[in-house]
Amino acid sequence: MSAHTLLAESGCHLFTGCGFPAPGLNSFDFKPFLTIGGIEFTKSMLLAVICMVIVVGLFWLAFRKPKLVPGKMQLIGEIGYNFIARSIARDVIGKEGSKYVPFLTSIFFFVWIMNIMSVIPFAQFPSTSRFAYPVVLAFCVWVTYLYLTFKKNGFKGGVKNLVYIEGLPVFIRPLVILLEFIQNVITRPFTLAVRLWANMFAGHMLIVMFSAASWYLLTPSIMSAVAAGSFILAIVMTAFEVLIQFLQAYIFTLLTSIYIQGAIQEGH
Amino acid sequence: MMTFLAAEGAQNPLIPDMTELVVGILCFLIVFGFLGKKLLPNIQKTLEERHDAIEGGLERAAEAQAEANQTLEQYKAQLAEARHEAARLRQEATEQGATIIQQMREEGQRQREEIVAAGHTQIEVDRKAAAVALRQDVGKLATELAGKLVGESLEDHARQSRTIDRFLDQLEGSAANVEATR
Repeated sequence: MSAHTLLAESGCHLFTGCGFPAPGLNSFDFKPFLTIGGIEFTKSMLLAVICMVIVVGLFWLAFRKPKLVPGKMQLIGEIGYNFIARSIARDVIGKEGSKYVPFLTSIFFFVWIMNIMSVIPFAQFPSTSRFAYPVVLAFCVWVTYLYLTFKKNGFKGGVKNLVYIEGLPVFIRPLVILLEFIQNVITRPFTLAVRLWANMFAGHMLIVMFSAASWYLLTPSIMSAVAAGSFILAIVMTAFEVLIQFLQAYIFTLLTSIYIQGAIQEGH
Repeated sequence: MMTFLAAEGAQNPLIPDMTELVVGILCFLIVFGFLGKKLLPNIQKTLEERHDAIEGGLERAAEAQAEANQTLEQYKAQLAEARHEAARLRQEATEQGATIIQQMREEGQRQREEIVAAGHTQIEVDRKAAAVALRQDVGKLATELAGKLVGESLEDHARQSRTIDRFLDQLEGSAANVEATR
């Protein structure tokens, strides 16, 4: 089904006359498992839906009937909630931050669970390494950012907040306005999406690379030692990925809160 | 599809798949819907309630403390008032007592003076009465004595002396009688 399963099934090894089936973009494309009316459903979509169910399900278990004295699930949920509410919403946005905690929490846990799928057996694929998912999330952030900018500052103040910087010489203003516009309205959502996507893409690629290589090099020869090294590296990279998965979800949420803070603050 | 893509060569990974976009946004909106509308407001409320329960307990304790203090103040005020009242009463009693003693003293003085005055008047009256009686008696006695002396004749000096002595004895005897009857 997935590209590297195919690699393994191919039985392609060193010294058997076939070249190394290097993982590439094809490692991120899957055959659709279901096609309805010309719409193809792939593994990444299934995983996205599963992640949705997991996030909603866990929070449902934790907060369905919250009690003053929390049970185990509620306690875990509260730790997650407080992590976002305190160390992101309150520290970055301030007092008004509590309004945006649900949005930030949804983003963080949805992204994190999707990222974690990279190292879960049988899933072993982060949906966020498909560009569409980071794009969707960055788009939601972008819409929120623009909406809050204009809602808080009015149209004129909103435009000013977006592109204008006080106290610059007149001749440089048009250039700065252009740059500010590009930075705040175009590159911000783009970099937000690309940062998450590229990290998960690269991480998955590395794990596939070392896994495929250790399989390919596994021959009755001295190269088995290299295969072992490659296998160890695959495990190390997997552990490293676990850290990156959390970090990227955190960074995505943190940047979202910084954008919100920029949108609702007075002036620029 | 994979083989198709592979045959076509490298596809730009930065062009998002349309179906994935739709699935992605639906998934996120469902997550946000559940968390934002129901579950997180739930926990937000509970956390506030818990905060309130803890802070509220402290507030209630502070209230009780304040009430106790107030009661103590009231009690102290009442006690001070009572003491003040007692002192005032005592003061009043002392003053009244002093007045009464003064009055009594004045009354006693007055009565004493009255009695003394009455005594003096009585003595004066008695003295005058005595003087009057004495004068009468002395006159009568003198007349009597003179009669006796004249009657006895003046020839016998010794008799005269005896007569005078007798008279004086009589006089003393009558005086002693008067003393005794008194």
